[in-house]
Amino acid sequence: MPFPQTSPRLQGAHLQAGYDTRRVLDDVSLDVEAGRLTMLLGPNGSGKSTLLKTLARTLSPTGGRVVLDGQDIQRRPTRAVARRLGILPQGPDAPEGLTVRQLVAMGRFPHQHFLKPQAREDALAIDEAMALADVDQFAARPVEALSGGQRQRCWIAMVLAQQTELILLDEPTTFLDLKVQVDLLDLLAELAHVHGRTLLVVMHDLNLAAAYADTLVMMRDGRIHYQGTPEQVFTADTLKAVFDLEARVMSVPGAAHPVCIPATGREHAGTLGEVAP
Amino acid sequence: MNPHHPRPRLPRAALAPFRSRMPGVMMTLLMAFVLLFSMGLSLRLGSFPTSIGDVARALLTPDNSDVAFIIRELRLPRIVLAVLVGAALAVAGAILQGLVRNPLASPDVIGITSGAAMMAVLFLAFLRELVSIQWLPTAALLGALLSAGLIFLLTWKRGITPTGMVLVGIGLSAGMGAITTLTIVVSDDAAAMTAYVWLTGSLYAARWQDVLDLLPWLLVGIPLGLARARHLAVMALGDSMATGLGVAIQPSRLILMASSVMLAGAAVAFAGGISFVGLIAPHIAARLVGRQLSRWLPTTAISGALLVLYADLVGRVAFLPEDLPAGIFISAIGAPFFIYLLYRARRRGT
Repeated sequence: MPFPQTSPRLQGAHLQAGYDTRRVLDDVSLDVEAGRLTMLLGPNGSGKSTLLKTLARTLSPTGGRVVLDGQDIQRRPTRAVARRLGILPQGPDAPEGLTVRQLVAMGRFPHQHFLKPQAREDALAIDEAMALADVDQFAARPVEALSGGQRQRCWIAMVLAQQTELILLDEPTTFLDLKVQVDLLDLLAELAHVHGRTLLVVMHDLNLAAAYADTLVMMRDGRIHYQGTPEQVFTADTLKAVFDLEARVMSVPGAAHPVCIPATGREHAGTLGEVAP
Repeated sequence: MNPHHPRPRLPRAALAPFRSRMPGVMMTLLMAFVLLFSMGLSLRLGSFPTSIGDVARALLTPDNSDVAFIIRELRLPRIVLAVLVGAALAVAGAILQGLVRNPLASPDVIGITSGAAMMAVLFLAFLRELVSIQWLPTAALLGALLSAGLIFLLTWKRGITPTGMVLVGIGLSAGMGAITTLTIVVSDDAAAMTAYVWLTGSLYAARWQDVLDLLPWLLVGIPLGLARARHLAVMALGDSMATGLGVAIQPSRLILMASSVMLAGAAVAFAGGISFVGLIAPHIAARLVGRQLSRWLPTTAISGALLVLYADLVGRVAFLPEDLPAGIFISAIGAPFFIYLLYRARRRGT
């Protein structure tokens, strides 16, 4: 079900946020583009997770505001927000003994009402989400008995069962095998491009981000430094500026997106020009 | 993890050695049946021998004999109170365990029982001559509310966290325990004796009036807890996940905590410092039907009711002519069980 391509639904304006005394975000503004897959990149501590949490209202900004559908997200009932926006934090933990289906069913919480259960719609949404994330074969197994990649897919199924237009994910592919990462990112791209969902994903792996993102947002020291398509912003210069990384960025025959090859320590020693023909 | 030694995939049965295989609903119904049977059994047994016929006659006919009086006015209110107290403590414990996300939490651990105990003992020591003993439950209930209030006050710093509640609760519990002990030491022997029995937890001399006084607290506390039970399940996924799913964390915590305090406070007010029920009953229920709330909570309530009912029955009939406080027997099961839980938690590394 494609959603109408209107103006951005989720916007952060002049955001300042942090923890206790440490300010992490420093006047950050971001419009999340509807129906696209946007990925946040940046070195550790650059504020990409903090930005995601602030946009998802799980962290309150100390300055600026987050606007969802024209309204301040902090002023809307959290339940109403949960019907529009789903968030998967980093490294979630399921309680002992919870089965996959029970976990995925939690995604229906914002749609359920104490006096008005809607068992049929819920069951449909849960089945669809489990099929989409390819976890239906584990439905009755306890979550803790699954492998890391399988578990991550269960959490994504839970967020899918929430049936929100906006989906925010914090490093969903970290610690997974490359093949599992690719499968998962294929799923995310499909959600954006086929189902019209809006996705904002914090990523760790540069090349995978460049390969899948419609828009890359590169952060450093609590600010957004570059924003654009991978072709526009994924360059040796930006990687150097944002990550302090010496790398060559090139296009590979047959691949639409640029890839980066980091320089090794030996190349740093002065042989950079001589290694590659 | 060492890649050459993949984590062995244990079969589910090995992870949960005693988990029942019976469908949850059947199990809950069976437990309810066992409870009814046990109440009947308890009604028949006592220091005065009665037959099934006596029990039936006393319950079903307007019989005014001594036997009927014993069954209707002495045993029945005591049994009903035991069931209500057990269920209330058990549900209060289940809510707390969910709220604090720790299987070792219970109303006695985080100081609700200690607050009630402190006020009850202060009442017995200093107000006994001035005020009727009938006000003892009120004093105890105020103590429970006082300690819940203090926990909130001391934990409230940009919202309540589970760890904060446990730590403050344990500290508070120790402080109130000290005041309780001090009061017993300085009060006279008769008051000290009554205080000891109260602290152990006893249903001795329960009256219908007690049942009627306890009931409103349960009628408010239980629906309040149940209405937020689904929130509790979601909150088990962690704060940011729960917020993401639309749970307003702080109001939910406040309501669940209030429900737990009401239930535990009222139960302790009428039955004294019965401990361990709130800790054990939720675990028994989890073993029997798992932790899906719609089955877990009712089964927890029934398990708690059974625990207190049987503890009271044993205290009443096993050591005749003595009538021993029910709390002794629950502690006798509870203490080893607590150690077992600690041991299991340590082995799991949680």
